[in-house]
Amino acid sequence: MNSETTGKAIETTSKASETTGKAIVCKDLSKQFGDFIAVDKISFEVNSGEIYGFLGANGAGKTTAMRMLCGLSYPTGGEATVAGFNVYKQQESIKKNIGYMSQKFSLYENLSIKENIEFYGGVYGLTDQQLQQKGDELIARLGLEKEAKKMVGGLPLGWKQKLAFSVAIIHQPKIVFLDEPTGGVDPVTRRQFWDLIYEASDKGITVFVTTHYMDEAEYCNRISIMVDGRIDALDTPANLKKQYSARTMNEVFYALARGAKRAAD
Amino acid sequence: MVTLEKISKTYDKGKVKAVTDVSLSVEKGELFGLIGPDGAGKSTIFRILTTLLLPDTGKATVAGLDTVKDFRKIRGCVGYMPGRFSLYQDLTVEENLNFFASLFGTTVTENYALIKDIYQQIEPFKTRRAGKLSGGMKQKLALCCALVHRPEVLFLDEPTTGVDAVSRKEFWDMLQRLKAQGITILVSTPYMDEADLCQRIALIQDGKILSIDTPQNIVKAYPGDLYAVKSGSLHKILLDIRQYPGTLSCFAFGEYLHVAFKPASPSAAGPPASSEPAGLKKYLEDKGHKEVEIKKITPGIEDNFIRMMGDKTDRYEQ
Repeated sequence: MNSETTGKAIETTSKASETTGKAIVCKDLSKQFGDFIAVDKISFEVNSGEIYGFLGANGAGKTTAMRMLCGLSYPTGGEATVAGFNVYKQQESIKKNIGYMSQKFSLYENLSIKENIEFYGGVYGLTDQQLQQKGDELIARLGLEKEAKKMVGGLPLGWKQKLAFSVAIIHQPKIVFLDEPTGGVDPVTRRQFWDLIYEASDKGITVFVTTHYMDEAEYCNRISIMVDGRIDALDTPANLKKQYSARTMNEVFYALARGAKRAAD
Repeated sequence: MVTLEKISKTYDKGKVKAVTDVSLSVEKGELFGLIGPDGAGKSTIFRILTTLLLPDTGKATVAGLDTVKDFRKIRGCVGYMPGRFSLYQDLTVEENLNFFASLFGTTVTENYALIKDIYQQIEPFKTRRAGKLSGGMKQKLALCCALVHRPEVLFLDEPTTGVDAVSRKEFWDMLQRLKAQGITILVSTPYMDEADLCQRIALIQDGKILSIDTPQNIVKAYPGDLYAVKSGSLHKILLDIRQYPGTLSCFAFGEYLHVAFKPASPSAAGPPASSEPAGLKKYLEDKGHKEVEIKKITPGIEDNFIRMMGDKTDRYEQ
Protein backbone atom coordinates (compact mmCIF):
# COMPACT_ATOMS: atom_id res chain seq x y z
CA MET A 1 0.00 0.00 0.00
CA ASN A 2 1.47 3.28 -1.08
CA SER A 3 -0.54 5.74 0.93
CA GLU A 4 -1.87 5.07 4.41
CA THR A 5 -3.94 8.22 4.38
CA THR A 6 -6.44 7.00 1.83
CA GLY A 7 -9.81 5.82 3.05
CA LYS A 8 -9.17 2.43 1.52
CA ALA A 9 -6.09 1.84 3.63
CA ILE A 10 -7.91 2.67 6.82
CA GLU A 11 -10.70 0.37 5.85
CA THR A 12 -8.25 -2.44 5.26
CA THR A 13 -6.50 -2.09 8.59
CA SER A 14 -9.73 -2.12 10.55
CA LYS A 15 -11.16 -4.97 8.55
CA ALA A 16 -9.67 -7.72 10.66
CA SER A 17 -11.72 -6.79 13.71
CA GLU A 18 -14.92 -6.79 11.71
CA THR A 19 -14.36 -10.15 10.09
CA THR A 20 -17.15 -12.45 11.12
CA GLY A 21 -16.68 -16.14 11.78
CA LYS A 22 -13.10 -15.67 12.95
CA ALA A 23 -12.29 -16.01 16.62
CA ILE A 24 -8.63 -15.13 16.17
CA VAL A 25 -6.94 -13.35 13.30
CA CYS A 26 -3.18 -13.07 13.48
CA LYS A 27 -0.99 -11.38 10.88
CA ASP A 28 2.80 -11.26 11.16
CA LEU A 29 2.51 -11.15 14.95
CA SER A 30 5.95 -10.77 16.53
CA LYS A 31 7.58 -10.33 19.90
CA GLN A 32 11.17 -9.42 20.38
CA PHE A 33 13.02 -9.32 23.71
CA GLY A 34 16.22 -7.33 23.11
CA ASP A 35 17.79 -9.05 20.12
CA PHE A 36 15.96 -12.32 20.76
CA ILE A 37 12.95 -12.87 18.50
CA ALA A 38 10.65 -15.06 20.59
CA VAL A 39 7.77 -14.95 18.11
CA ASP A 40 8.70 -14.33 14.49
CA LYS A 41 5.88 -13.03 12.26
CA ILE A 42 3.27 -15.70 12.86
CA SER A 43 0.07 -15.58 10.80
CA PHE A 44 -3.01 -17.74 11.25
CA GLU A 45 -6.75 -17.59 11.72
CA VAL A 46 -8.94 -19.58 14.07
CA ASN A 47 -12.58 -20.08 13.08
CA SER A 48 -15.39 -19.62 15.57
CA GLY A 49 -16.25 -22.88 17.31
CA GLU A 50 -13.07 -24.54 16.11
CA ILE A 51 -10.78 -26.68 18.26
CA TYR A 52 -7.34 -25.34 17.36
CA GLY A 53 -4.21 -27.14 18.53
CA PHE A 54 -1.20 -24.88 19.09
CA LEU A 55 1.80 -27.19 19.15
CA GLY A 56 5.53 -26.65 19.25
CA ALA A 57 8.76 -27.76 20.85
CA ASN A 58 9.84 -26.40 24.23
CA GLY A 59 11.04 -22.85 23.73
CA ALA A 60 9.41 -22.46 20.31
CA GLY A 61 7.51 -19.38 21.51
CA LYS A 62 4.06 -20.83 22.26
CA THR A 63 3.67 -19.24 25.68
CA THR A 64 4.84 -15.84 24.45
CA ALA A 65 2.36 -15.97 21.57
CA MET A 66 -0.44 -17.08 23.86
CA ARG A 67 0.26 -14.26 26.33
CA MET A 68 -0.08 -11.71 23.54
CA LEU A 69 -3.35 -13.26 22.39
CA CYS A 70 -4.72 -13.22 25.94
CA GLY A 71 -3.99 -9.51 26.31
CA LEU A 72 -1.20 -10.03 28.85
CA SER A 73 1.70 -8.77 26.79
CA TYR A 74 2.11 -6.28 23.91
CA PRO A 75 3.44 -7.49 20.56
CA THR A 76 6.45 -5.71 19.10
CA GLY A 77 5.15 -6.14 15.56
CA GLY A 78 2.27 -7.34 13.43
CA GLU A 79 -1.47 -7.37 13.99
CA ALA A 80 -3.92 -9.58 15.80
CA THR A 81 -7.52 -9.56 16.91
CA VAL A 82 -9.01 -11.91 19.46
CA ALA A 83 -12.81 -12.18 19.62
CA GLY A 84 -12.78 -9.11 17.37
CA PHE A 85 -10.67 -7.00 19.75
CA ASN A 86 -7.29 -5.53 18.96
CA VAL A 87 -4.36 -6.93 20.96
CA TYR A 88 -2.73 -3.49 21.22
CA LYS A 89 -5.68 -1.29 22.12
CA GLN A 90 -8.37 -3.50 23.58
CA GLN A 91 -6.61 -5.81 26.03
CA GLU A 92 -9.27 -5.38 28.71
CA SER A 93 -12.08 -6.29 26.28
CA ILE A 94 -10.11 -9.38 25.27
CA LYS A 95 -9.77 -10.48 28.87
CA LYS A 96 -13.52 -10.19 29.39
CA ASN A 97 -14.28 -12.34 26.36
CA ILE A 98 -11.88 -15.20 26.89
CA GLY A 99 -11.36 -17.96 29.41
CA TYR A 100 -7.90 -19.21 30.40
CA MET A 101 -6.70 -22.33 32.09
CA SER A 102 -3.19 -23.64 32.63
CA GLN A 103 -1.84 -26.76 34.18
CA LYS A 104 0.28 -24.83 36.63
CA PHE A 105 -2.19 -22.32 38.00
CA SER A 106 -5.81 -23.17 38.09
CA LEU A 107 -7.76 -23.01 41.33
CA TYR A 108 -7.35 -21.84 44.91
CA GLU A 109 -6.57 -24.94 46.95
CA ASN A 110 -7.76 -23.42 50.21
CA LEU A 111 -11.17 -22.47 48.91
CA SER A 112 -14.00 -24.96 48.49
CA ILE A 113 -15.28 -25.96 45.06
CA LYS A 114 -18.25 -23.65 45.49
CA GLU A 115 -16.10 -20.74 46.67
CA ASN A 116 -13.77 -21.13 43.68
CA ILE A 117 -16.76 -21.03 41.35
CA GLU A 118 -18.10 -17.93 43.09
CA PHE A 119 -14.72 -16.24 43.01
CA TYR A 120 -13.99 -16.85 39.34
CA GLY A 121 -17.59 -16.23 38.30
CA GLY A 122 -17.41 -12.91 40.15
CA VAL A 123 -14.12 -11.98 38.49
CA TYR A 124 -15.67 -12.77 35.11
CA GLY A 125 -18.56 -10.45 35.97
CA LEU A 126 -21.47 -12.82 36.51
CA THR A 127 -24.42 -11.55 38.58
CA ASP A 128 -25.37 -13.31 41.82
CA GLN A 129 -28.30 -14.92 40.09
CA GLN A 130 -26.17 -16.15 37.16
CA LEU A 131 -23.56 -17.39 39.62
CA GLN A 132 -26.13 -19.45 41.47
CA GLN A 133 -27.56 -21.00 38.34
CA LYS A 134 -24.27 -21.57 36.48
CA GLY A 135 -22.59 -22.85 39.63
CA ASP A 136 -25.30 -25.44 40.23
CA GLU A 137 -25.21 -26.54 36.60
CA LEU A 138 -21.46 -26.92 36.68
CA ILE A 139 -21.45 -28.92 39.90
CA ALA A 140 -24.20 -31.20 38.59
CA ARG A 141 -22.40 -31.73 35.25
CA LEU A 142 -19.26 -32.87 37.05
CA GLY A 143 -21.22 -34.91 39.60
CA LEU A 144 -19.63 -33.03 42.49
CA GLU A 145 -22.80 -32.27 44.52
CA LYS A 146 -21.52 -34.02 47.64
CA GLU A 147 -18.10 -32.39 47.46
CA ALA A 148 -19.18 -28.81 46.73
CA LYS A 149 -18.19 -27.58 50.17
CA LYS A 150 -14.87 -29.43 50.31
CA MET A 151 -11.53 -27.73 49.79
CA VAL A 152 -10.19 -28.02 46.26
CA GLY A 153 -6.77 -29.01 47.64
CA GLY A 154 -8.10 -32.44 48.61
CA LEU A 155 -9.47 -33.28 45.17
CA PRO A 156 -7.64 -35.69 42.85
CA LEU A 157 -5.69 -33.90 40.12
CA GLY A 158 -8.02 -35.04 37.35
CA TRP A 159 -11.00 -33.51 39.10
CA LYS A 160 -9.15 -30.27 39.69
CA GLN A 161 -8.38 -30.05 35.99
CA LYS A 162 -11.97 -30.70 34.97
CA LEU A 163 -13.22 -28.18 37.51
CA ALA A 164 -10.65 -25.60 36.40
CA PHE A 165 -11.77 -25.98 32.82
CA SER A 166 -15.46 -25.67 33.72
CA VAL A 167 -14.70 -22.55 35.75
CA ALA A 168 -12.71 -21.05 32.87
CA ILE A 169 -15.81 -21.20 30.65
CA ILE A 170 -18.43 -20.35 33.30
CA HIS A 171 -19.00 -16.92 31.70
CA GLN A 172 -19.56 -18.52 28.27
CA PRO A 173 -16.52 -16.81 26.72
CA LYS A 174 -16.05 -16.64 22.95
CA ILE A 175 -12.67 -18.36 23.22
CA VAL A 176 -10.99 -20.48 25.85
CA PHE A 177 -7.19 -20.81 26.00
CA LEU A 178 -5.91 -24.07 27.46
CA ASP A 179 -2.20 -24.35 28.24
CA GLU A 180 -1.25 -28.03 28.59
CA PRO A 181 -4.50 -28.82 30.39
CA THR A 182 -3.97 -32.58 30.58
CA GLY A 183 -0.34 -32.82 31.72
CA GLY A 184 0.18 -35.64 34.20
CA VAL A 185 -3.43 -36.81 34.49
CA ASP A 186 -4.35 -40.48 34.06
CA PRO A 187 -5.35 -41.81 30.64
CA VAL A 188 -9.06 -42.11 31.42
CA THR A 189 -9.35 -38.63 32.93
CA ARG A 190 -7.39 -37.22 30.00
CA ARG A 191 -10.08 -38.54 27.68
CA GLN A 192 -12.91 -37.33 29.91
CA PHE A 193 -11.29 -33.92 29.75
CA TRP A 194 -11.56 -34.01 25.97
CA ASP A 195 -15.24 -34.87 26.29
CA LEU A 196 -15.59 -31.52 28.10
CA ILE A 197 -13.64 -29.75 25.35
CA TYR A 198 -15.97 -31.18 22.69
CA GLU A 199 -19.02 -30.14 24.73
CA ALA A 200 -17.70 -26.59 24.97
CA SER A 201 -17.00 -26.58 21.24
CA ASP A 202 -20.55 -27.81 20.54
CA LYS A 203 -21.80 -24.80 22.53
CA GLY A 204 -19.92 -22.55 20.15
CA ILE A 205 -16.89 -21.81 22.32
CA THR A 206 -13.67 -21.67 20.32
CA VAL A 207 -10.94 -23.79 21.90
CA PHE A 208 -7.25 -22.89 21.62
CA VAL A 209 -5.18 -25.66 23.20
CA THR A 210 -1.53 -26.63 23.66
CA THR A 211 -0.40 -30.16 24.49
CA HIS A 212 2.61 -32.45 24.46
CA TYR A 213 0.41 -35.51 23.87
CA MET A 214 0.46 -36.13 20.14
CA ASP A 215 -2.65 -38.34 20.23
CA GLU A 216 -4.50 -35.26 21.47
CA ALA A 217 -3.33 -33.32 18.42
CA GLU A 218 -5.56 -35.67 16.44
CA TYR A 219 -8.62 -34.48 18.35
CA CYS A 220 -8.20 -30.92 17.07
CA ASN A 221 -9.90 -29.64 13.92
CA ARG A 222 -6.69 -27.97 12.82
CA ILE A 223 -3.26 -27.59 14.33
CA SER A 224 -0.20 -25.46 13.85
CA ILE A 225 3.33 -26.40 14.82
CA MET A 226 5.77 -23.73 15.96
CA VAL A 227 9.51 -24.12 15.49
CA ASP A 228 11.99 -21.43 16.59
CA GLY A 229 9.36 -18.69 16.79
CA ARG A 230 7.76 -19.44 13.42
CA ILE A 231 4.70 -21.43 12.43
CA ASP A 232 6.18 -24.08 10.15
CA ALA A 233 3.01 -26.07 9.50
CA LEU A 234 -0.72 -25.44 9.73
CA ASP A 235 -3.49 -27.76 8.58
CA THR A 236 -5.85 -30.52 9.64
CA PRO A 237 -4.13 -33.52 11.26
CA ALA A 238 -5.07 -35.68 8.26
CA ASN A 239 -3.56 -33.26 5.74
CA LEU A 240 -0.39 -32.81 7.77
CA LYS A 241 0.14 -36.55 7.92
CA LYS A 242 -0.34 -36.73 4.17
CA GLN A 243 2.02 -33.82 3.58
CA TYR A 244 4.80 -35.33 5.69
CA SER A 245 4.09 -38.93 4.61
CA ALA A 246 3.68 -39.78 8.28
CA ARG A 247 1.50 -42.40 9.95
CA THR A 248 1.03 -40.47 13.19
CA MET A 249 1.12 -36.86 14.38
CA ASN A 250 4.13 -37.86 16.45
CA GLU A 251 6.07 -38.46 13.24
CA VAL A 252 4.92 -35.12 11.80
CA PHE A 253 6.00 -33.33 14.96
CA TYR A 254 9.32 -35.12 14.96
CA ALA A 255 10.01 -34.26 11.33
CA LEU A 256 9.39 -30.57 12.02
CA ALA A 257 10.80 -30.07 15.50
CA ARG A 258 13.95 -32.14 15.00
CA GLY A 259 15.50 -29.22 13.17
CA ALA A 260 14.74 -26.75 15.99
CA LYS A 261 17.72 -24.72 17.12
CA ARG A 262 16.16 -23.34 20.26
CA ALA A 263 15.36 -25.25 23.42
CA ALA A 264 13.99 -23.66 26.55
CA ASP A 265 11.20 -24.10 29.05
CA MET B 1 19.37 -54.28 43.34
CA VAL B 2 16.24 -52.53 44.60
CA THR B 3 13.48 -54.20 46.59
CA LEU B 4 10.27 -53.02 48.19
CA GLU B 5 8.27 -55.34 50.42
CA LYS B 6 4.75 -54.31 51.33
CA ILE B 7 5.66 -50.66 51.60
CA SER B 8 2.89 -48.31 52.77
CA LYS B 9 3.04 -44.59 53.41
CA THR B 10 0.34 -42.19 54.50
CA TYR B 11 0.41 -38.42 54.90
CA ASP B 12 -1.60 -36.02 57.03
CA LYS B 13 -1.98 -38.39 60.00
CA GLY B 14 -3.16 -41.29 57.91
CA LYS B 15 -5.76 -39.36 55.97
CA VAL B 16 -3.94 -39.46 52.65
CA LYS B 17 -2.86 -42.89 51.47
CA ALA B 18 0.09 -42.19 49.20
CA VAL B 19 1.34 -45.75 48.71
CA THR B 20 -0.39 -48.96 49.81
CA ASP B 21 1.30 -52.36 50.09
CA VAL B 22 3.73 -51.88 47.24
CA SER B 23 6.14 -54.72 46.53
CA LEU B 24 8.54 -54.86 43.63
CA SER B 25 12.15 -55.60 42.80
CA VAL B 26 14.56 -54.22 40.25
CA GLU B 27 17.40 -56.41 38.98
CA LYS B 28 20.99 -55.30 38.62
CA GLY B 29 21.53 -53.46 35.33
CA GLU B 30 17.81 -53.23 34.63
CA LEU B 31 15.99 -50.22 33.20
CA PHE B 32 12.76 -50.29 35.19
CA GLY B 33 9.84 -47.93 34.65
CA LEU B 34 7.26 -46.77 37.16
CA ILE B 35 4.35 -45.72 34.97
CA GLY B 36 1.39 -43.78 36.32
CA PRO B 37 -0.36 -40.42 36.49
CA ASP B 38 0.33 -37.60 38.96
CA GLY B 39 -0.70 -38.56 42.46
CA ALA B 40 -0.17 -42.28 41.85
CA GLY B 41 2.57 -42.44 44.50
CA LYS B 42 5.63 -42.53 42.24
CA SER B 43 7.54 -39.75 44.00
CA THR B 44 6.78 -41.22 47.43
CA ILE B 45 8.39 -44.49 46.34
CA PHE B 46 11.45 -42.60 45.08
CA ARG B 47 11.76 -40.66 48.31
CA ILE B 48 11.55 -43.83 50.39
CA LEU B 49 14.22 -45.54 48.27
CA THR B 50 16.55 -42.55 48.40
CA THR B 51 16.16 -42.52 52.23
CA LEU B 52 14.49 -39.12 52.32
CA LEU B 53 11.24 -40.47 53.73
CA LEU B 54 10.42 -43.23 56.20
CA PRO B 55 7.74 -45.74 55.21
CA ASP B 56 4.90 -46.37 57.70
CA THR B 57 5.20 -50.11 57.22
CA GLY B 58 7.19 -52.48 55.05
CA LYS B 59 10.84 -52.87 54.19
CA ALA B 60 12.93 -51.57 51.33
CA THR B 61 16.52 -52.16 50.24
CA VAL B 62 18.84 -50.53 47.75
CA ALA B 63 22.06 -52.29 46.69
CA GLY B 64 21.44 -54.79 49.48
CA LEU B 65 21.25 -52.05 52.13
CA ASP B 66 18.23 -51.28 54.31
CA THR B 67 16.73 -47.86 53.57
CA VAL B 68 16.15 -47.14 57.27
CA LYS B 69 19.21 -48.62 59.02
CA ASP B 70 21.83 -48.05 56.34
CA PHE B 71 20.59 -44.75 55.00
CA ARG B 72 24.01 -43.11 55.02
CA LYS B 73 25.60 -45.85 52.93
CA ILE B 74 22.74 -45.74 50.46
CA ARG B 75 23.10 -42.01 49.97
CA GLY B 76 26.68 -42.57 48.86
CA CYS B 77 25.86 -45.09 46.16
CA VAL B 78 22.73 -43.76 44.48
CA GLY B 79 22.08 -40.92 42.09
CA TYR B 80 18.78 -39.09 42.35
CA MET B 81 17.19 -36.65 39.99
CA PRO B 82 14.01 -35.33 41.62
CA GLY B 83 11.03 -34.13 39.63
CA ARG B 84 11.72 -30.52 40.44
CA PHE B 85 15.02 -28.93 39.31
CA SER B 86 17.13 -28.85 42.44
CA LEU B 87 20.61 -27.75 41.54
CA TYR B 88 22.12 -24.49 42.73
CA GLN B 89 20.71 -21.84 40.40
CA ASP B 90 23.39 -19.27 41.19
CA LEU B 91 26.32 -21.61 40.64
CA THR B 92 27.61 -22.15 37.12
CA VAL B 93 27.32 -25.44 35.25
CA GLU B 94 30.91 -26.31 36.09
CA GLU B 95 30.58 -25.27 39.74
CA ASN B 96 27.49 -27.41 40.24
CA LEU B 97 29.22 -30.43 38.78
CA ASN B 98 32.37 -29.94 40.87
CA PHE B 99 30.26 -29.37 43.96
CA PHE B 100 28.38 -32.65 43.60
CA ALA B 101 31.60 -34.51 42.80
CA SER B 102 33.31 -33.26 45.96
CA LEU B 103 30.17 -33.97 48.00
CA PHE B 104 30.58 -37.61 47.05
CA GLY B 105 34.34 -37.54 47.60
CA THR B 106 35.26 -37.86 43.96
CA THR B 107 36.29 -35.65 41.07
CA VAL B 108 34.73 -34.93 37.70
CA THR B 109 37.76 -36.37 35.90
CA GLU B 110 37.55 -39.69 37.78
CA ASN B 111 34.19 -40.65 36.24
CA TYR B 112 34.29 -38.42 33.21
CA ALA B 113 33.80 -41.35 30.82
CA LEU B 114 30.34 -41.95 32.21
CA ILE B 115 29.05 -38.41 31.77
CA LYS B 116 31.15 -37.38 28.76
CA ASP B 117 28.40 -37.92 26.18
CA ILE B 118 25.92 -35.80 28.07
CA TYR B 119 28.31 -33.22 29.46
CA GLN B 120 29.74 -32.37 26.05
CA GLN B 121 26.32 -31.09 25.02
CA ILE B 122 26.33 -28.50 27.80
CA GLU B 123 30.07 -27.84 27.96
CA PRO B 124 29.85 -24.72 25.73
CA PHE B 125 27.79 -23.18 28.56
CA LYS B 126 29.94 -24.32 31.46
CA THR B 127 30.43 -20.80 32.80
CA ARG B 128 26.71 -20.00 32.69
CA ARG B 129 24.71 -20.03 35.91
CA ALA B 130 22.41 -23.04 36.17
CA GLY B 131 19.40 -20.79 36.70
CA LYS B 132 19.97 -19.22 33.27
CA LEU B 133 19.96 -22.51 31.36
CA SER B 134 17.10 -23.66 29.13
CA GLY B 135 14.88 -26.53 30.30
CA GLY B 136 16.64 -29.14 28.22
CA MET B 137 20.09 -27.98 29.38
CA LYS B 138 19.03 -28.02 33.03
CA GLN B 139 17.83 -31.56 32.61
CA LYS B 140 21.17 -32.63 31.15
CA LEU B 141 23.13 -30.89 33.90
CA ALA B 142 20.95 -32.51 36.58
CA LEU B 143 21.59 -35.90 35.01
CA CYS B 144 25.37 -35.25 34.99
CA CYS B 145 25.29 -34.24 38.66
CA ALA B 146 23.34 -37.39 39.54
CA LEU B 147 25.92 -39.51 37.72
CA VAL B 148 29.17 -37.82 38.68
CA HIS B 149 30.02 -40.35 41.44
CA ARG B 150 29.15 -43.36 39.26
CA PRO B 151 26.18 -44.50 41.33
CA GLU B 152 25.10 -48.13 41.40
CA VAL B 153 21.48 -47.14 41.05
CA LEU B 154 20.08 -44.09 39.30
CA PHE B 155 16.66 -42.77 40.37
CA LEU B 156 14.96 -40.47 37.87
CA ASP B 157 11.63 -39.02 38.96
CA GLU B 158 9.62 -37.86 35.94
CA PRO B 159 12.62 -36.60 33.94
CA THR B 160 10.52 -36.04 30.80
CA THR B 161 7.38 -34.40 32.19
CA GLY B 162 6.46 -31.27 30.24
CA VAL B 163 9.22 -31.98 27.74
CA ASP B 164 8.41 -32.01 24.03
CA ALA B 165 8.38 -35.21 21.95
CA VAL B 166 11.79 -34.63 20.36
CA SER B 167 13.62 -33.90 23.63
CA ARG B 168 11.91 -36.87 25.25
CA LYS B 169 13.33 -39.18 22.61
CA GLU B 170 16.83 -37.73 23.09
CA PHE B 171 16.59 -38.27 26.83
CA TRP B 172 15.59 -41.91 26.43
CA ASP B 173 18.50 -42.44 24.03
CA MET B 174 20.80 -41.19 26.80
CA LEU B 175 19.22 -43.62 29.27
CA GLN B 176 19.76 -46.56 26.92
CA ARG B 177 23.46 -45.65 26.70
CA LEU B 178 23.75 -45.44 30.51
CA LYS B 179 22.08 -48.80 30.83
CA ALA B 180 24.65 -50.23 28.41
CA GLN B 181 27.32 -49.10 30.90
CA GLY B 182 25.78 -51.24 33.62
CA ILE B 183 23.91 -48.64 35.66
CA THR B 184 20.66 -49.82 37.20
CA ILE B 185 17.97 -47.27 36.43
CA LEU B 186 14.58 -46.72 38.04
CA VAL B 187 12.63 -44.09 36.12
CA SER B 188 9.09 -42.79 36.50
CA THR B 189 6.87 -41.24 33.86
CA PRO B 190 3.25 -40.32 33.25
CA TYR B 191 3.72 -40.93 29.49
CA MET B 192 2.45 -44.39 28.60
CA ASP B 193 4.32 -44.41 25.29
CA GLU B 194 7.63 -44.44 27.19
CA ALA B 195 6.76 -47.78 28.81
CA ASP B 196 7.97 -49.68 25.75
CA LEU B 197 11.47 -48.25 26.26
CA CYS B 198 11.83 -50.00 29.64
CA GLN B 199 12.81 -53.61 30.23
CA ARG B 200 10.12 -54.08 32.85
CA ILE B 201 7.47 -51.73 34.15
CA ALA B 202 5.13 -51.33 37.08
CA LEU B 203 1.81 -49.69 36.29
CA ILE B 204 0.75 -47.70 39.31
CA GLN B 205 -2.47 -45.88 40.17
CA ASP B 206 -3.79 -44.47 43.45
CA GLY B 207 -0.80 -45.79 45.40
CA LYS B 208 -1.31 -49.36 44.27
CA ILE B 209 0.49 -51.49 41.71
CA LEU B 210 -1.80 -52.59 38.89
CA SER B 211 0.72 -54.84 37.21
CA ILE B 212 4.46 -55.59 37.01
CA ASP B 213 5.90 -57.25 33.93
CA THR B 214 7.70 -56.64 30.66
CA PRO B 215 5.81 -54.26 28.37
CA GLN B 216 5.40 -57.15 25.92
CA ASN B 217 3.76 -59.42 28.51
CA ILE B 218 1.47 -56.68 29.75
CA VAL B 219 0.29 -56.12 26.20
CA LYS B 220 -0.18 -59.87 25.71
CA ALA B 221 -2.32 -60.13 28.84
CA TYR B 222 -5.09 -58.02 27.32
CA PRO B 223 -8.21 -60.19 27.44
CA GLY B 224 -10.36 -60.46 24.33
CA ASP B 225 -9.95 -58.52 21.12
CA LEU B 226 -9.53 -54.82 20.54
CA TYR B 227 -10.71 -52.92 17.48
CA ALA B 228 -9.88 -49.52 16.06
CA VAL B 229 -12.76 -47.55 14.57
CA LYS B 230 -12.59 -44.44 12.42
CA SER B 231 -15.09 -42.22 10.67
CA GLY B 232 -15.55 -38.55 9.86
CA SER B 233 -16.54 -37.02 13.17
CA LEU B 234 -14.58 -38.52 16.03
CA HIS B 235 -16.69 -37.10 18.81
CA LYS B 236 -20.12 -37.97 17.40
CA ILE B 237 -19.10 -41.53 16.63
CA LEU B 238 -17.63 -41.89 20.12
CA LEU B 239 -20.93 -40.97 21.73
CA ASP B 240 -22.83 -43.35 19.44
CA ILE B 241 -20.48 -46.28 20.06
CA ARG B 242 -20.83 -45.82 23.81
CA GLN B 243 -24.61 -46.15 23.38
CA TYR B 244 -24.26 -49.40 21.43
CA PRO B 245 -25.41 -52.36 23.57
CA GLY B 246 -22.48 -54.59 22.58
CA THR B 247 -19.80 -52.07 23.59
CA LEU B 248 -17.68 -52.86 26.62
CA SER B 249 -15.45 -49.80 26.38
CA CYS B 250 -14.67 -47.07 23.88
CA PHE B 251 -11.85 -44.54 24.16
CA ALA B 252 -10.25 -42.09 21.76
CA PHE B 253 -6.67 -42.90 20.68
CA GLY B 254 -5.46 -40.31 18.23
CA GLU B 255 -7.41 -40.49 14.98
CA TYR B 256 -8.99 -43.85 15.92
CA LEU B 257 -11.32 -45.00 18.65
CA HIS B 258 -10.38 -48.18 20.48
CA VAL B 259 -13.40 -50.37 21.05
CA ALA B 260 -13.73 -53.57 23.07
CA PHE B 261 -16.90 -55.63 22.84
CA LYS B 262 -18.69 -57.40 25.63
CA PRO B 263 -17.72 -61.08 25.63
CA ALA B 264 -20.14 -63.53 24.06
CA SER B 265 -20.57 -65.36 27.35
CA PRO B 266 -21.03 -62.81 30.13
CA SER B 267 -19.16 -64.88 32.72
CA ALA B 268 -15.73 -64.84 31.11
CA ALA B 269 -13.49 -62.43 29.30
CA GLY B 270 -13.41 -63.95 25.88
CA PRO B 271 -14.06 -63.27 22.26
CA PRO B 272 -17.00 -61.06 21.38
CA ALA B 273 -20.21 -62.39 19.88
CA SER B 274 -19.58 -63.65 16.36
CA SER B 275 -21.85 -60.89 15.06
CA GLU B 276 -19.14 -58.33 15.94
CA PRO B 277 -17.67 -56.13 14.65
CA ALA B 278 -20.09 -56.32 11.71
CA GLY B 279 -22.99 -55.52 14.05
CA LEU B 280 -21.34 -52.31 15.18
CA LYS B 281 -20.58 -51.27 11.63
CA LYS B 282 -24.22 -51.69 10.59
CA TYR B 283 -25.41 -49.82 13.70
CA LEU B 284 -23.09 -46.89 12.92
CA GLU B 285 -24.08 -46.77 9.27
CA ASP B 286 -27.74 -46.78 10.30
CA LYS B 287 -26.89 -43.79 12.50
CA GLY B 288 -25.66 -41.99 9.42
CA HIS B 289 -21.87 -42.35 9.87
CA LYS B 290 -20.07 -42.59 6.58
CA GLU B 291 -16.92 -44.45 5.58
CA VAL B 292 -16.78 -46.35 8.84
CA GLU B 293 -13.50 -48.24 9.12
CA ILE B 294 -13.15 -51.02 11.71
CA LYS B 295 -10.01 -53.12 12.11
CA LYS B 296 -8.59 -55.46 14.71
CA ILE B 297 -5.50 -54.12 16.45
CA THR B 298 -2.88 -55.07 19.01
CA PRO B 299 -3.54 -53.28 22.32
CA GLY B 300 -0.85 -51.00 23.71
CA ILE B 301 0.27 -50.25 27.26
CA GLU B 302 -2.24 -47.42 27.56
CA ASP B 303 -5.14 -49.73 26.57
CA ASN B 304 -4.07 -52.07 29.33
CA PHE B 305 -3.68 -49.30 31.87
CA ILE B 306 -7.19 -48.08 31.14
CA ARG B 307 -8.55 -51.62 31.38
CA MET B 308 -6.85 -52.18 34.75
CA MET B 309 -8.09 -48.88 36.10
CA GLY B 310 -11.61 -50.12 35.44
CA ASP B 311 -14.29 -47.57 35.99
CA LYS B 312 -13.08 -46.36 39.36
CA THR B 313 -11.78 -43.01 38.18
CA ASP B 314 -15.21 -42.28 36.83
CA ARG B 315 -16.35 -41.40 40.30
CA TYR B 316 -14.86 -39.11 42.84
CA GLU B 317 -13.66 -41.09 45.81
CA GLN B 318 -12.48 -39.56 49.02
